[in-house]
Amino acid sequence: MTDLWTLFLSAAFVDNMPLALFLGLCTFVALSKRPESAIGLGVAITGVMGITVPLNMLIYQGLLAPGAWSWAGLPDLDLSYLSLIAFIGVIAAVVQFLEMLLDRYFPAIHAAFGVFLPLLTVQCAILAGSLFMVERDYTFAQSTVFGLGSGAGFGVAVVMLGAIRSRLAYAELPAGLRGLGITFVLAGLMSLGFSSFAQMAASQ
Amino acid sequence: MAGRFDFWSILTDPLVRQNPVTLQILGLCSALAVTTSLPTALTMSAALTVVMTLSAGAVSLIRRHIPDTIRLIVQIVIIASLVIVIDQLLRAYLAEISRALSVYVALITTNCLVLGRTEAFARHNPPVPAMVDAFGNGLGYSLVLTVIGAARELFGKGELMGYQVFALSDQGGWFTPLPLMLLAPSAFFLLGLLVWAIRSALPEQAEAPEHEPPPTGEPAE
Repeated sequence: MTDLWTLFLSAAFVDNMPLALFLGLCTFVALSKRPESAIGLGVAITGVMGITVPLNMLIYQGLLAPGAWSWAGLPDLDLSYLSLIAFIGVIAAVVQFLEMLLDRYFPAIHAAFGVFLPLLTVQCAILAGSLFMVERDYTFAQSTVFGLGSGAGFGVAVVMLGAIRSRLAYAELPAGLRGLGITFVLAGLMSLGFSSFAQMAASQ
Repeated sequence: MAGRFDFWSILTDPLVRQNPVTLQILGLCSALAVTTSLPTALTMSAALTVVMTLSAGAVSLIRRHIPDTIRLIVQIVIIASLVIVIDQLLRAYLAEISRALSVYVALITTNCLVLGRTEAFARHNPPVPAMVDAFGNGLGYSLVLTVIGAARELFGKGELMGYQVFALSDQGGWFTPLPLMLLAPSAFFLLGLLVWAIRSALPEQAEAPEHEPPPTGEPAE
């Protein structure tokens, strides 16, 4: 149990998707203009990653990994090169399914962050979650925790950036730095802060 | 047809004026992650440009046959197949760099730059201009990666392409490497400064302030 908790914390803070691994930066920068939309994005990403990473883990182990077809008399069959297409298909299907489900049963939630859901199909952080899962050989429980942790870490980072950006109203910025430029500098400063989590993990 | 498309401006516009990374905010993830050294940045640029040009051509060829409702899935499958080919090629011939790039080659699939250009341009235009546009955007992306990759490798290790440029202080030279340049934050700072530099040179790109202070009374504090 403690192992899973450690995994959750390290996925959320030490290996923070946008700030330490540069994943999902496009949405990170584009949708952090206001804290409210940032919260919707964070919740949506946590939900989608919590579902897709364990689902892809089952698909990979059951159908694609080397030796997965040995029960059918094909022990040498290695379909792992197909994993990219399989993962992206699963992610697209889950996103579409979640959208229909929310639209049917929870229209209020759907209205609140429905616009972000289709974007998540092409979110690199979500695909990367599944790819890391394969690279690091996670079990089912581990991949669930890893997916939820990475999503939560992304949510925390994007809400914080949104909050800081809305305070920029009081700052007198040079014209060229406004918008995108200062956002990168802010992300760099936040990334410096998050790199201290890596130090803590190393010193434990 | 030569009159309808100005190939030169389609090709050169994305280099600086319409640069995909600094103006369109596309393809950021990979742009920052792979720039710790120049060779990885160049490999990544080449891989992305090839994938983008070919996928733009393919999408544009079948643009009249893709139903609108499933176009995203069709485009992603085309891109993913090309990425798998590139990934296997890199693994076969450039094993070391492929390890350094780890999952980021596979992530070209979800690189918003590739999908963004097929969605915005290739879907509505014949194959040749679509491929020129994709190639130009690939070059613009490569330009940013090269600048950032060169700066990080030069100041982080005192090397360029693996060759010593600055004499390091622990070997009797004058240059002390800056380890920060190899860590994540410096990539953000460099890209921010690059955006600032481009927008100072081209003031029409500057953005309006995003937030206004609350109109009533004195500012808080």
